[in-house]
Amino acid sequence: MSVGAPKIPVVVAEVVELNPLIKRFRFVRTDGKPMPTFSGGAHIVVEMDDNGTRRMNPYSLMSDPTDTSGFEISVRRDDAGRGGSLYMHNHVRPGMAMQVSHPVNLFGLDLRAKKHLLIAGGIGITPFIAQMTQLEHLGHRFELHYSVRSPELGAYADDLKSRYGDRVHIYYDNQKHMIPLAELLEGQPLGTHLYVCGPKGMIAWVLGSAEAAGWHPSTLHSEEFLAPPVGHAFEVELAASRKTITVGPAQSLLEAMEAAGVDAPYLCRGGACGQCETDVHRCDGSIEHNDHWLTPEQKASNTKIMPCVSRFHGATLVIDR
Amino acid sequence: MGLEFNEETFRGDFSFKNSPKAIKRFPFPFPEDSYMYSVNMEPHVPGPKGSVFEHTFDVDEHYVSEMRDRAMVLADDPLRCQSLPHMTLAGWDLLELIMESKARDYPHWFELHKNGNKWHWINRPLEIEQKFTFLDETTLPCGPLEYITRQTQGDFTLQDQRDNNLFIEAGMVTTQADWSLDFDIGMSFQEWHAPVPMAHELGVFDRALKFLLKLQLGAPVRRFNWTMTVDPLLDTSPENYPKWGPTKTTLTMDNIGRRQHLRVELQTLHRLPRSNAIAFPIRAYLISFQDLVTVPKWARRLHRVIRDVPEPLATYKGFLRNRPLMVEYLSQFDDGKPTSPGWWPEPE
Ligand code: HEM
Ligand code: FES
Repeated sequence: MSVGAPKIPVVVAEVVELNPLIKRFRFVRTDGKPMPTFSGGAHIVVEMDDNGTRRMNPYSLMSDPTDTSGFEISVRRDDAGRGGSLYMHNHVRPGMAMQVSHPVNLFGLDLRAKKHLLIAGGIGITPFIAQMTQLEHLGHRFELHYSVRSPELGAYADDLKSRYGDRVHIYYDNQKHMIPLAELLEGQPLGTHLYVCGPKGMIAWVLGSAEAAGWHPSTLHSEEFLAPPVGHAFEVELAASRKTITVGPAQSLLEAMEAAGVDAPYLCRGGACGQCETDVHRCDGSIEHNDHWLTPEQKASNTKIMPCVSRFHGATLVIDR
Repeated sequence: MGLEFNEETFRGDFSFKNSPKAIKRFPFPFPEDSYMYSVNMEPHVPGPKGSVFEHTFDVDEHYVSEMRDRAMVLADDPLRCQSLPHMTLAGWDLLELIMESKARDYPHWFELHKNGNKWHWINRPLEIEQKFTFLDETTLPCGPLEYITRQTQGDFTLQDQRDNNLFIEAGMVTTQADWSLDFDIGMSFQEWHAPVPMAHELGVFDRALKFLLKLQLGAPVRRFNWTMTVDPLLDTSPENYPKWGPTKTTLTMDNIGRRQHLRVELQTLHRLPRSNAIAFPIRAYLISFQDLVTVPKWARRLHRVIRDVPEPLATYKGFLRNRPLMVEYLSQFDDGKPTSPGWWPEPE
């Protein structure tokens, strides 16, 4: 259950290989209706049929939010992952019919901000591309600091530079460039909001430094989608639907429930939104809590689980689904 | 004004009335014989033909007169419509949602023609024709929120979403049940709901907020609220309490059927696309007791609900004083027979 909004039937209009790791995909609707407009920072869930395994991965929208002719996303290939990104890279071709969700925004701009300070790492650039388009339309002040491994992997760096000029700052790891975070955090006008998206370590570094520098938590925004981690297979008892299912090593608990025909709620499928939160009736063993949602106390008590990313090992797990 | 719209007033001589058709489609809000606060939300999907749920925004026989009443309220008190600067984009989102819905659902009354950002809007019942540039405020006579809600029945608030909360930061509020936008503007979900009794303790607001934060584009929801109003007055605002509060003391067994109205709010919640804000239209429907009791199931049920509603709710809704009189009047129409679940009239 994707919480109400119907899926959008699409066809892949374009696949562009930007570099060996990143491909960009454009989807257009097959039913002739316009795509919904969205707000910068929103993501969609892309549904894939990977040889009978249904995968649903969230990707940030990067196209112009007012462009109702199509949606664009970029996907970084993750060779060690469960296969969603590999499927997108290896099997998705122009002309293919797919399904995507309506946009959901868990990384919205605060339009009260006097200035928006955007900090991106690697593929974390994608939500900012849509946000900058929107900020430019609105005439808001912004500045982007984008750190990436090398010029070869710096998808969009030149493009953004030419579009936004000196509001865009690029840092290449292989040239030993570093985001001058301490200076950035000090030199901002009153009313600036900070947004960060990128690898886990970077988000922690930026948020930690900002808080230490006295930034109010309500001015700090971040987004990190977790890919559901792989692990050992485990069994789960679904109390409400009276079923016992096995979650495969490369499957999430949410996916295993869906495969068993159980209609479970979700929005982000990445441990961020809280929608899939489920009560645990019994837990003889330990839950691997991989989400950003539950509090440390909730995690320690093992009374709740987020089936989109969390796993289990032990004798028995009974949940309320 | 065409035949489809009533010529009527919501003040002075109170000539407001419901036609037999309007009575039949009245959104009676009680699915059972008792009432308590709950997280009563369901998908706002199109309902049966002719019902108030048929379309996203219901336009009924009171449309033109209600809009005239709104203009009078605004002339006296411009602060009934406010929008903090960062909410202008949400105002455009709402304007688009309403114009598209009305042009789709009532093509004989409303038309919207788009050529890129050059829009052309025709509102026949109100005799308005406007060419403007979408997202360019200078091309409308007033802000987008005010522009479109001067042409749409019901109050409207716009909530910004941030810090895992909602903040009421824009609105058009002229038909409210005793609350004030000017007072509430800037407040969070829990703050503006602070005066409501019992519901906080029941966890209603925590659960409702959690749900709303996840409200999805393309999946609006709806709920009912209700209260009691003496005379068909739309503007029961705290600002004007001296004008309407005292009328509660003038009810008698002889006039209650005509003057006491059940006031039902059909509230819907819509995620807005560009701003990620939430729009909250609050559409008020009024029905006099004497019209309401023409539907036997509603008469029986309203009697039981009013008789048994917890005292804190009757106090909060402002009818504790007149409850005995209401119950006495309604009891004449309650023969004690069982009622069927759901709010539709029984085939009797
Ligand atoms: C985000 C949109 C909403 C807005 C702007 C809003 C606003 C308000 C306001 C201004 C009041 C009057 C408070 C007063 O006495 O000053 C009220 C009452 C109330 N609200 Fe909301 N509300 C919203 C959503 C909800 C939702 C989703 C629920 C679901 C449970 C809810 C439940 C209630 C209840 C039970 C009352 C008491 C009404 C009565 O007994 O007359 N509200 N609301
Ligand atoms: S679906 Fe968002 S946290 Fe699980």
